[in-house]
Amino acid sequence: MHEASLAGGILQLVERTAERERFARVTHLRLEAGQLAGVESRALRFALEAIAPGTLLDGARIDIDEPPGEAWCMDCSVTVQIAQRGDACPHCGGYRLQPTGGTELKVIDMQVED
Amino acid sequence: MCVVCGCAGDGSQVSIEGHGHAHPANPYSPAARRAKPASRAAEPVLADHAHVSVDPASGDLHFGAGAAKVSVPGMSQARAIRLETDILGENDRIAAQNRRHFAAHGVTAFNFVSSPGSGKTTLLCATIEALKGRAPGLPVSVIEGDQQTAFDADRIRATGAPAIQVNTGKGCHLDAPMVAEAFARLHRHDHGAARSLLFIENVGNLVCPAMWDLGEAAKVAILSVTEGEDKPLKYPDMFAASRLMLVNKVDLLPYLKFDVERCIDFARRVNPDIEVIRVSATTGEGMDEWLAWIAARMQPAVAQPAAQPVRAS
Repeated sequence: MHEASLAGGILQLVERTAERERFARVTHLRLEAGQLAGVESRALRFALEAIAPGTLLDGARIDIDEPPGEAWCMDCSVTVQIAQRGDACPHCGGYRLQPTGGTELKVIDMQVED
Repeated sequence: MCVVCGCAGDGSQVSIEGHGHAHPANPYSPAARRAKPASRAAEPVLADHAHVSVDPASGDLHFGAGAAKVSVPGMSQARAIRLETDILGENDRIAAQNRRHFAAHGVTAFNFVSSPGSGKTTLLCATIEALKGRAPGLPVSVIEGDQQTAFDADRIRATGAPAIQVNTGKGCHLDAPMVAEAFARLHRHDHGAARSLLFIENVGNLVCPAMWDLGEAAKVAILSVTEGEDKPLKYPDMFAASRLMLVNKVDLLPYLKFDVERCIDFARRVNPDIEVIRVSATTGEGMDEWLAWIAARMQPAVAQPAAQPVRAS
């Protein structure tokens, strides 16, 4: 359940931004959790909803983008899509893959109200 | 702010053509922060709209002076905030600090990750004992992560190595601030050694610790042969994040159905570069190779401040 820690980190990020940008409430929060980022989106959403009451995130709509996993196949020298780590290259069936995309875990943007 | 025109309002009765209404007071609006009665009087049209600021000296108009650095019709300045910020960024910043701190003191840190019961603590104790013979005088200290109890730190201290227990409570992993705090309490600047080792035993958990950088030189995953050989595929993130996989308890292989080659093959599917060493903390098998691996990754020694000369009486 490291998603609970991540949710805490997101709240901290939002609170720091609120100190800087001066707002009272987040209405819409957009996150990016790539398919290879090691995060279960449903668990992250659950954790965020659990900590939201009484915070700036209370009642905020949360969207989590999940960019697909991408990896560089060292044998084919092409970028291929993979659903998870340990998947084979769809071209050669090999496993010499280096993930290049879908590993991000970020707060993209938010809509706020004063 | 006004939902009809999108202007930020400054608390006065503002009326804009097509819709007249009172704007609520908003102390944080750009207009309130900028309020300058003199220039407002001179620029009555622009004063109603907070998107633009007027240079009092030249009269130039600035549409990008607000929080968003851009003026979007129908949207207030503070309304959309683009962050593009890494959620683990704060942890990573402190991990980088730890890494610099370790390097400055000639400390090489390894982060040991595994499931509960893989034999991490036993292997660490055996490693510390073996190092006493192999590298006498090389200080080794240990940060022990568990949810509760100081049992593991007690076991380490029994070998003579200093250890500090970090209890994470409900937490499922160590993070960089915990390690920074523990290291500050554990590390003695007066031990006189130019190089030392720091073993960080993470919470027994094959999922969560993968994402948290602690400032270590490498993550070392320990997988014991009493577990399933398919664990690298079941918990790929941990094996992807690790530099080395120690296959532990190999003395038990004759009694088990555990295909080591298959296990290694699975680990390399998720991390083609992962190194593998087979060890047994009980029989000492593989310890030479493991100690050589550690030695090859040690930080360069740092110059120590000259010792206080002992005054001859």
